[in-house]
Amino acid sequence: MREELFMAGLGGQGVNLAGQLVGRAGMDAGLNVSWFPIYSPEVRGGSSTCTIVLSDGRVGSPTSEHPSSMVLMDTSSAECFAGNLAEGGLLIVNSSLIRHVPVSEGCRLIEIPANQIAAEIGNDRTVNMALIGAWAAGTGALTVDDVARSLREMLPERHHVHMPDNQLALERGAQIAREAD
Amino acid sequence: MNEERRRVFISGNEATAEGGIAGGCRHFFGYPITPQNKIPEYMAEHLPPIGGVYLQAESEVAAINMVYGASSAGARVMTTSSSPGIALMQEGLSYMLGSELPAVIVNMVRGGPGLGNVAVAQSDYWLSTRGAGHGDGRCITLTPYSVQELHNFTAGAFEIADRYQNIVMVLGDAILATMMEPCELIPRREMEPPGRPYAVGPHEAGERERNIVNSLWVDFDAMEAVNIRNEERYARAAAEITDWEEFGSDDPQVLLCAYGISARLCEGAVMRAEEAGVRLRLLRPKTVFPFPTVPIREWSERVDAMLVVELSMGQFVEDVRLAVEGRCPVDLLSRAGGNMPTVSEVLAKVREVAAKAGVAV
Repeated sequence: MREELFMAGLGGQGVNLAGQLVGRAGMDAGLNVSWFPIYSPEVRGGSSTCTIVLSDGRVGSPTSEHPSSMVLMDTSSAECFAGNLAEGGLLIVNSSLIRHVPVSEGCRLIEIPANQIAAEIGNDRTVNMALIGAWAAGTGALTVDDVARSLREMLPERHHVHMPDNQLALERGAQIAREAD
Repeated sequence: MNEERRRVFISGNEATAEGGIAGGCRHFFGYPITPQNKIPEYMAEHLPPIGGVYLQAESEVAAINMVYGASSAGARVMTTSSSPGIALMQEGLSYMLGSELPAVIVNMVRGGPGLGNVAVAQSDYWLSTRGAGHGDGRCITLTPYSVQELHNFTAGAFEIADRYQNIVMVLGDAILATMMEPCELIPRREMEPPGRPYAVGPHEAGERERNIVNSLWVDFDAMEAVNIRNEERYARAAAEITDWEEFGSDDPQVLLCAYGISARLCEGAVMRAEEAGVRLRLLRPKTVFPFPTVPIREWSERVDAMLVVELSMGQFVEDVRLAVEGRCPVDLLSRAGGNMPTVSEVLAKVREVAAKAGVAV
């Protein structure tokens, strides 16, 4: 098993935190993993990307030329990166912000209205979780339960109060992904 | 080791810092510079509660001289920085080599020359293996290629520094520093009493001779004796701690040579070797001073060609060529300034190198 996930969005959208969560959940599931970030110096608004490799063998290169899955969170990321997806790969976009994205033949597209889901839950900071839930269900690389369990481990106690919101967002994203398939 | 080791998901910087503590380091002096700021941040948080010393110096020049002082007093001491900061420390490193003192220095290499940028580079290979300021001294240089190895090598560096009474440089880079991977933590060691016969300290009670830590040797023979002792150290280190790992075909046509993050890209290339139609093996040094000359020389008699991949315009490749001594062609794939070749580009270069060497591809 080898999954190369590329995530991109704007600083502040939680791209790298979500990527770290996937890496952590992969480790907790007994896989070899790497999380490799590239982001601009701005705290808010700059480009933010990361690559996560999950493998039951060697990770090898922590970078990926043609990721097997992508989570894109804003318009500029969709324009810049969607074309790099591997043949037959899975593209998950935040359809609350991304109106149009070119999808190569043979690739799967799952549109998740992540900002809308977060607004319905009443917690703006769960946008990334809705997308990660969709990624987990869409790829089957990890279960939503794996991700939720690792999130609880990762979060400091004082943030555990947000666990129900995050869990809800993960499940809503996963549900839409399952229906899309 | 039988004890339970905690597995955590951490950055290379954090793994390095915790490696230092696990290796018995209780004295850290440094000055901030990207991409390694997480190390001093970690030390500032974790050293004082266990009775250690964390001190942010006013500059890298001050930091390395604090390291010099602490090592003179017998402490297990380290500093960390990135390329321009390591350049500023050169005088202090030279003085420590002249004084025959141990210390651990970590360089999370970034683009250069000059202030450069904060992205990945491997352009401090010469600075590490030939540098350490003026004079005949050299730094024992370790080249980890994962978060786990940053942790293990930093922890182990203190033993090596003590054994040879010499500086040990851990050569990382901006990606290894910032990327996160699972890491099994080595249990922290208890702080050891100095117990170093050369260290300065109280001697008035007469239990031992007065020690002087010094790098000024006016007498020709005294200076030469230091040079000879250092050379003997390096010869012993070459025999005892030279280390490397190999991965891939047992009957390779092309041997890839790379260290650090470049070795990760090459590992990816070996995993996809069938795409190049060439039997491929990777040899990655874990130490570059001492250098794994012997295995590279042995492979040079069996392969059709070698390809060196490094993120500099060609520094490490010179040591490979010195080991090969013209026995086979040695080609170079280099990128710089924060750019990296893709695995496909490595494979394309492998095909080119193989074709040039007459391998049927």
